[in-house]
Amino acid sequence: MKISLKKKILDKNEECALQNKAFFADNNTFCVNVISSPGSGKTTILSRTVGDLKDRLRIGVVEGDIRTDTDAKKIRSAGAAAVQIETKGTCHLSAEQVTGALGAIGAADLDIVFIENVGNLVCPSAFDLGEQARTVVLSLPEGDDKPIKYPGTFAKADVLLINKMDLVDFVDFDLDRVINHVRTLKPDIQIFQVSAKTGEGLQAWYDWLTKKADAKQPKDD
Amino acid sequence: MHETMIAQSIVEAISKAAAKYDAKPIAARISCGQLNPINDEVLNFAFEIVAQDSVCQGAKLQIVHIPLKGKCKNCGDAFDFDIYSPGCPACKSNEFSIEPDAPLLLEEIEFEDK
Repeated sequence: MKISLKKKILDKNEECALQNKAFFADNNTFCVNVISSPGSGKTTILSRTVGDLKDRLRIGVVEGDIRTDTDAKKIRSAGAAAVQIETKGTCHLSAEQVTGALGAIGAADLDIVFIENVGNLVCPSAFDLGEQARTVVLSLPEGDDKPIKYPGTFAKADVLLINKMDLVDFVDFDLDRVINHVRTLKPDIQIFQVSAKTGEGLQAWYDWLTKKADAKQPKDD
Repeated sequence: MHETMIAQSIVEAISKAAAKYDAKPIAARISCGQLNPINDEVLNFAFEIVAQDSVCQGAKLQIVHIPLKGKCKNCGDAFDFDIYSPGCPACKSNEFSIEPDAPLLLEEIEFEDK
């Protein structure tokens, strides 16, 4: 006997993602899921973004790591609410874990919530967390072949931050190759070339974020 | 290793259906798109492990990969989009649109005849 089901797999994650999406819409909070390899500079970018925008926007960060709350501490010292999710071995965040963390950072009162995913260019891309935008960070020392090797992650991104631009003269990284390839995977992707260390190029990223956050209805203070 | 989570989700769904039909599942077919990276070998292995000591133990998993459809804006060619070699296969143009990727679905379960 055969039965036809057509049932979604990972439907639990999808249900929680829809809940999160509704939460962000109801509270006029703009949520960005940040994905990259380990060591690309996600935490440094977010710490700097928090520091530079905290007088203008209320920002909170959900940190995902396999172990330790090192990243959450860095974000708190930059001046934003942060909650650490320790996945204890799992290679990605799930929507359910994010749901639990939103209360802890008071996400309902925030303008922007960043979710810093576990450093990994494969698995996180398969899990919708309910975010409104997905940002991938690629740093120069990782090499310019990453979009070719991990196309799924880049094809689903809304923004690409090419980080560590201060090293452009010291590493072999063909910027045109990366930009052209990523645009063939995702024609309308926003690409910003930045250095979280020197601050180069970050203003364009801030402008994009501010525009997105302002497009939401103002909160009742 | 998100294949383990997917395997758990499949085993849960099959077990629920098995209880409903009061039958022993022997095979299941799932389908997936191109942007959710599933490795057949890893998923089969994870399924075998997760299925142990459940009603799904010994059931075979068939994984169907559904192509992602692209349409070239230059020559109009409709093609199966290859994310490892993006571009129109006919005219090599990089200007194209992509249809939504197929979701991860549990398509069908086969039960032992009573």
